[in-house]
Amino acid sequence: MSVREVAVDAYREALPVLAASAVGGLFAGVVLGGMRAELEAVAGLLVLVPALLATRGNVYGALGAKLSSALHQGLVAPVFDLEDERLRAAIAAAMANGVLVSVFAAVVAYPVLLVLSRPSASLLTLATIAFIAGLLSGIALTVVVVFAVFVGYRRGLNPDTLVGPVVTTTGDVFGMATLLVAVRLVLALGGG
Amino acid sequence: MSGARSSTWTVQGIARAMLPLLAVLTVVEVGSGLVLDTFEEQLLRYPSLLVLVPVTIGTAGNLGSILAARLSTAFHLGTLSFAPDDDRLLGNAVATFGLAVTIFPVVGAAAWLVTSITVSADLGFVTVVLVATLSGAVLAVLAVVVTFVATYAAYRLRLDPDDVVIPVVTNTCDVLGVLVLFAVVRLVL
Repeated sequence: MSVREVAVDAYREALPVLAASAVGGLFAGVVLGGMRAELEAVAGLLVLVPALLATRGNVYGALGAKLSSALHQGLVAPVFDLEDERLRAAIAAAMANGVLVSVFAAVVAYPVLLVLSRPSASLLTLATIAFIAGLLSGIALTVVVVFAVFVGYRRGLNPDTLVGPVVTTTGDVFGMATLLVAVRLVLALGGG
Repeated sequence: MSGARSSTWTVQGIARAMLPLLAVLTVVEVGSGLVLDTFEEQLLRYPSLLVLVPVTIGTAGNLGSILAARLSTAFHLGTLSFAPDDDRLLGNAVATFGLAVTIFPVVGAAAWLVTSITVSADLGFVTVVLVATLSGAVLAVLAVVVTFVATYAAYRLRLDPDDVVIPVVTNTCDVLGVLVLFAVVRLVL
């Protein structure tokens, strides 16, 4: 293939995926843009945003990739059955990783903010927000990923190519929306 | 049955395999969060820039991961050479740049539009489109460089590019997304 053919092929294949996830990213941006009051109320919250968004992609993207490989190998049946030991283990591990890493982001960010003498909410506040956001987005993204992989597979689509775009599109939206819910909840409970 | 159950399908097994990489990536992402925090004042004053943050980070990461996935497949199929005049390398690099300069102006326009609907028009339309387009063009070049270097490193270290390159590239591009957006905002505003 010539350079031109390779480029045209790659461009055509990627454009719809990029466009779809850009729409998701814009929705996430609107949520973030509407969160200015919360960002001012909880100093240091903005530091967590990239880590939390990336965790959603890393953890639930890996869950999707794992489940699609397992479907191809016949290790998991494409039905949502919590009796299935493998499916249950994969989901539980993803949720545990997602929540742990979210709280870890807060634990890393807090001392750095202190050392740089930047304003920061208490560690408890940041960690609680990260925990709640990690839990809620984990539930939402597990449902989305399992649904997309299984339904896609049953309809004859390759779940490998489906997982990436689905996770990048929904990860940002759910990531930001659950962060907003978590901040509001913690602020209502008196954190800050 | 218990004997056949491999550790790749237990909660501890999966967690143990992933947590070290996740922890490292999280530290890197917190670094980009700190950069974001240093221009919080500007972001709060101009919500259109705040709206641009997730989509810029996300699209930069996607450009990198799509390119990495394509190179990784070509690598497994044995159709990729690391010569600077390799058609596949050049073609994919051109496509990545083309995708960025297609997507980012539209993203800028959309960010300006949704901000003026939901909050208020804080910056001019042309300014926001310019910030998005410049960021996108720079990020495409960086995404290509990072992906080529990471794929080549995986090849030299005899690692499977599928396992390492995509998370490394995606997260590096995330961080670069924040840095480039920050630099472009300083340049344009």
